[in-house]
Amino acid sequence: MAETLASRAAPAAGAHARTRWQMLAPRMRRHKGLMVGLVIVVFLALIAVFRDVVAPQNPIKIDVTAALQSPEPAHWFGTDQYGRDVFSRVVHGASISLTVGVIAVAIATTVGTMVGLVAGYYGRAVDALIMRIIDFMLAFPGILLALGIVSVLGPSLQNLMIAVGIAGVPFYARLVRSTVLVAKEQLYIEAARVIGVPIPVILVRHLLPNIVAPIIIAATLGMGITILQAAGLSFVGLGSQPPTPEWGRMITEGRDYLRDAWWISTFPGVAIMITVFGVNLLGDGLRDVLDPRLRI
Amino acid sequence: MIRYISARLLATVPVVFGVTIAVFSMLYLIPGDPVKMMLSEFQTSPEQIARMRAQLHLNDPFFVQYGRFVWNGLHGNLGTSIRDNRPVTQEIFEVFPQTVQLAVAALVLASALGLALGILAALRQNSWLDIGSMMVATLGISMPSFWLALILILIFSLHFELLPAAGGGDLPHLIMPAVALGLGAAAIIARLTRSSMLDILRTEFVTTARAKGLRGRTVVLRHALHNALIPTITIFGLQFATLLTGTVFIETVFGRPGLGRLVVEAILNKDFPLVQGSVLIFALAYVVVNLVVDIVYAVVDPRIRYQ
Repeated sequence: MAETLASRAAPAAGAHARTRWQMLAPRMRRHKGLMVGLVIVVFLALIAVFRDVVAPQNPIKIDVTAALQSPEPAHWFGTDQYGRDVFSRVVHGASISLTVGVIAVAIATTVGTMVGLVAGYYGRAVDALIMRIIDFMLAFPGILLALGIVSVLGPSLQNLMIAVGIAGVPFYARLVRSTVLVAKEQLYIEAARVIGVPIPVILVRHLLPNIVAPIIIAATLGMGITILQAAGLSFVGLGSQPPTPEWGRMITEGRDYLRDAWWISTFPGVAIMITVFGVNLLGDGLRDVLDPRLRI
Repeated sequence: MIRYISARLLATVPVVFGVTIAVFSMLYLIPGDPVKMMLSEFQTSPEQIARMRAQLHLNDPFFVQYGRFVWNGLHGNLGTSIRDNRPVTQEIFEVFPQTVQLAVAALVLASALGLALGILAALRQNSWLDIGSMMVATLGISMPSFWLALILILIFSLHFELLPAAGGGDLPHLIMPAVALGLGAAAIIARLTRSSMLDILRTEFVTTARAKGLRGRTVVLRHALHNALIPTITIFGLQFATLLTGTVFIETVFGRPGLGRLVVEAILNKDFPLVQGSVLIFALAYVVVNLVVDIVYAVVDPRIRYQ
């Protein structure tokens, strides 16, 4: 009974979502940047999924007889010092970089949202305690926090995702908390509380769906930064380890051959740039469409 | 104003306390025995491990160790580096000025470029200059700084042989690292300056200034820019802090001595006292920069003080 009443009190989720989507879709289609970003991201995701079809050569197979070959029809992006096909490594790297980006952002948004929901909804002592911890975390710039965590956990691709993910938590927690502070004063939340809906249900079923837009915008924009941070940490040797075809790692592997084999470091860098560019365009576009007030 | 500054200073105290706790706790968060991890690459006997534990005072209770860490830190003693057997503070302060020099150079470059691009784009809104510069800015934000650094080395050191590829010290050694580090920040500053300028150019006082018959340049420089810069100052501060930590990648590429390179090498060498010391100094520098930015912000915009 309480559930039914609360559902009525809250904006009718299904119908609301449909009308909102119908309203947003044409605006999204008209936004050139958003569409370009979406095309880039979908294209990269398809490459990542069908990597074995796009680049059938084994990305970690060593062939010293084919080392340091410049770009040519047999090796579009040339070969590295071990004779590995750079095109194949860049294509396979797409799945690694996108996975790292998605998982790290998922960790940051999930933990950040939970913490922000609890702090914002309960307020008072709980809020004060949580926000002090968040303030301490914010005293460390993101990359330094990630460095600290990697130094504790040890360098590996898995630890890299955890480190970059945790480093993003305070940002999302603060965002969600401030959104909750506004949303919890709305009448539908009060109605749900009055009729006795349990607090976890209020948080997840009623509050969360109504603050999801800023989280999506922040997560998309945060994805670009996350991919750059992860590539940077792998570049300095604190992320993925050889022979994984990770873009940041590939750039560092080509450093010593820059004079004679520029292609080893150049193409993975271009790949990172296109990916982050696409994600940023998508994030900017989503922000313009979902929340035009935030436009810069 | 003095009240605002003292309140802001006081608010920094718990943050600094939290930073020291976090940095100190790193040792406790290592899975397994930290001493064994630090010495994993050496042939060690149980006696050596025991000696190391005693040297690091790891057998004392947590708060005794923490108290000693803070007390020694206040007296300029952050322990001894395991690899080089030298005082951590000495290792840090030998290279820290170079990191600050690089971050300041990058910030100057980023501010000059970002402000110029942002103002031009706002004044010519929706022109090709505007669209083009904002596309370049989005690309600039998307570019990994360490990759840009390598491309600069490829072009200006290896191809044209104009600038040195590695090392530190004089101005020629500073140009490429500052450009590689500063371009991303320039892009962010350009975007923010543009949007801030656009907002201000639509306000009534700018219309009034124009209606009074003031020259376009006077309206832009004297009236609009002054106000448009206020929100940008926060970004300068945040960017400076980001640039400080961005040196982690740039110093590694250019083989420049600095705190960024020191911390990476310390982590790779599992030299924990040095990791703790350099992370602590980075974090404290970040806190100080944020404090200075807040105070400057309050000086520039009196409304902040009354909030």
